[in-house]
Amino acid sequence: MAQIRVEALNKSFGTFHAVKSASFTVEDGQFLCLLGPSGCGKTTTLRMIAGLELPTAGTIRLGGEDVTMNRASARDIAFVFQLFALYPHLNVRRNIGFPLKCEGVGAAERERRVEEVARILRISHLLDRSVSGLAGGDRQRVALGRAIVRKPKCFLMDEPLGALDTEMREAMIRELRALHDRLGATTVYVTHDQLEAMAMADMIAVMNNGVVEQVASPRDIYDRPASLFVADFIGSPPMNFLPFRGSLQTGVQAIRLGERDVAIPTAREALAESDLVLGVRPEHVRFSDQGMVRGEVYGAEYLGTTQIVTVKTRYGALKARSAASVSFRTGENVGLDFRPDTLSIFEKESGRAIRTALHEGGAHG
Amino acid sequence: MSLANAAHSVVEPSVGTRRFAGSLVVLYAVITMIPLVWIVLTSFKSPDDAISYPPRILFTPSLEGYCNLFTTRSRQTPEFIKTLGPPQGLCDNIARDRNMVIAGPSNYVPRFVNSLIIAFGSTVLAVALGTLSAYGFSRFRVPLKDDLLFFILSTRMMPPIAVAIPIYLMYRTLGLSDTRLGMILLYTSVNVSLAVWLLKGFIDEIPREYEEAAMIDGYTRFQAFVKVVLPQATTGIAATAIFCLIFAWNEYAFAVLLTSGNAQTAPPFIPIIIGEGGQDWPAVAAGTTFFLVPIVVFTVLLRKHLLRGITFGAVRK
Repeated sequence: MAQIRVEALNKSFGTFHAVKSASFTVEDGQFLCLLGPSGCGKTTTLRMIAGLELPTAGTIRLGGEDVTMNRASARDIAFVFQLFALYPHLNVRRNIGFPLKCEGVGAAERERRVEEVARILRISHLLDRSVSGLAGGDRQRVALGRAIVRKPKCFLMDEPLGALDTEMREAMIRELRALHDRLGATTVYVTHDQLEAMAMADMIAVMNNGVVEQVASPRDIYDRPASLFVADFIGSPPMNFLPFRGSLQTGVQAIRLGERDVAIPTAREALAESDLVLGVRPEHVRFSDQGMVRGEVYGAEYLGTTQIVTVKTRYGALKARSAASVSFRTGENVGLDFRPDTLSIFEKESGRAIRTALHEGGAHG
Repeated sequence: MSLANAAHSVVEPSVGTRRFAGSLVVLYAVITMIPLVWIVLTSFKSPDDAISYPPRILFTPSLEGYCNLFTTRSRQTPEFIKTLGPPQGLCDNIARDRNMVIAGPSNYVPRFVNSLIIAFGSTVLAVALGTLSAYGFSRFRVPLKDDLLFFILSTRMMPPIAVAIPIYLMYRTLGLSDTRLGMILLYTSVNVSLAVWLLKGFIDEIPREYEEAAMIDGYTRFQAFVKVVLPQATTGIAATAIFCLIFAWNEYAFAVLLTSGNAQTAPPFIPIIIGEGGQDWPAVAAGTTFFLVPIVVFTVLLRKHLLRGITFGAVRK
């Protein structure tokens, strides 16, 4: 297993700049998710790490060695494709043994390792079946088997659960994570599904328009988004944004929102007057009669344990997560308060998060 | 599922429609089979029955056509024939009844062998070249790809015989006239455009992930092509091979023009089998019947692939 270092990686297809100066490091044994909407460059980044695409600029290091321009076959990595890419003309056993055959592993040794992998993935009973008759989850296990049988330096996975139905996907999320913990394999996992990323990853790299917006632990990504995009992309429903105009001095603990002061985490930088955005997660919105923002209940979405209440305010529709037991009337006038220590402030123009005391709790400042 | 059990389905054709369609297919098959049946029947007629008018449907079958196809005979006096020993086999017997003796084998077998070598040789070559270039066109960023593909196809936009004279002159200069190699190259060049276009469609249908997976597993691109792409392209390759073989096997015009004593194929040879007093129709029919055998065998062997192949990859398992 090995560390993966991606430095200032760029990829252009003609005039389309797919990946813009992406940099991140996956430590040995770490599970990193590349998360982003479709077309954000995450798969291109993964394919460059694999050697299936060559970067326009930048370097890729695998275990310290510069492999930027190496052939895929010379990188000693394993890749799991979204559509499995199981060879239809080979049965399960020969599919899993296929990479070993290339390395010139003898038949007996190959057999032993295929059996071992099949046992780990609990597909021993399928070894002599044809791959075309397998169910989605089993196909995915065979694809994983083909990846782990070779004991490569790292695993790259391109939305491997994207083709599975929801139930199977949840089961496979647990299996994949358990497999990762068992093998301690450095893994880069591409997905557009934040729940998958949150559930599995040690680190998440959020990408948008070819740019890596933030690399951090799932908790930091959620609690301390580095940009408006991350705040908006992560969380369901996403963070509420309240645009306002104002300035900040280092050390201030409140901002002026309309006619009221709103307490915020202590600011750690100064900013001249400009357009700013206050970000607040729905679960940090509280209903209170003295609330600083007033609005009208527009509707409530019942989720079982909680409900999402949409309130129309002068800052737009805000969503609040509230206990399911409280009942709201449509049209009811309510006041809203925010939990001060959890608020984020962004520069509207750049989308960048303003440094506050919020960032001091996390691993990444 | 209530829909599946419903007596009347919207998608499934009704029994009446199916019967009508079935009888149309049978009728069409019968019409197209008539010339073939005629040829096979004629091959078993005696020369007199073959040219009788009105044609005879019922006749005494005879192997004379086949005997005449494979032998040359010379006329002798009955007295001379009596001096010979007992007849050597069936054909000898038939010949003696007509006051003939077998002089030796005919040229049919060498012509047939020429046909086999030239047709299969050009098919193998065309399919091999076609597969490689189709793979290249399908997977790589080839400069002027669309123009090149159009150019390749444009070689089929005129009747091949239109270039007969330049090819004749060229072959004479190059010493390729009346050689098997020359005919193989000629049929290959005609077939390769068909092969490239057919096979490109099939290879386009094979997801790149298969090769990428193999390359990540440590194989070179060529190994991935051989081990992963080729096995999945067998349907297309088989279908293409049949189309190429049928063309090369049946080609007549160039064979007449470019071959004679050495590399002549069966098609120009069969219609000019001369018997006593003109065309020996039973022998011609026998030659044609026999000529059908390899292509029928080949097609039957690859039938499964052909049926899936001619849907041009529209239906994937």
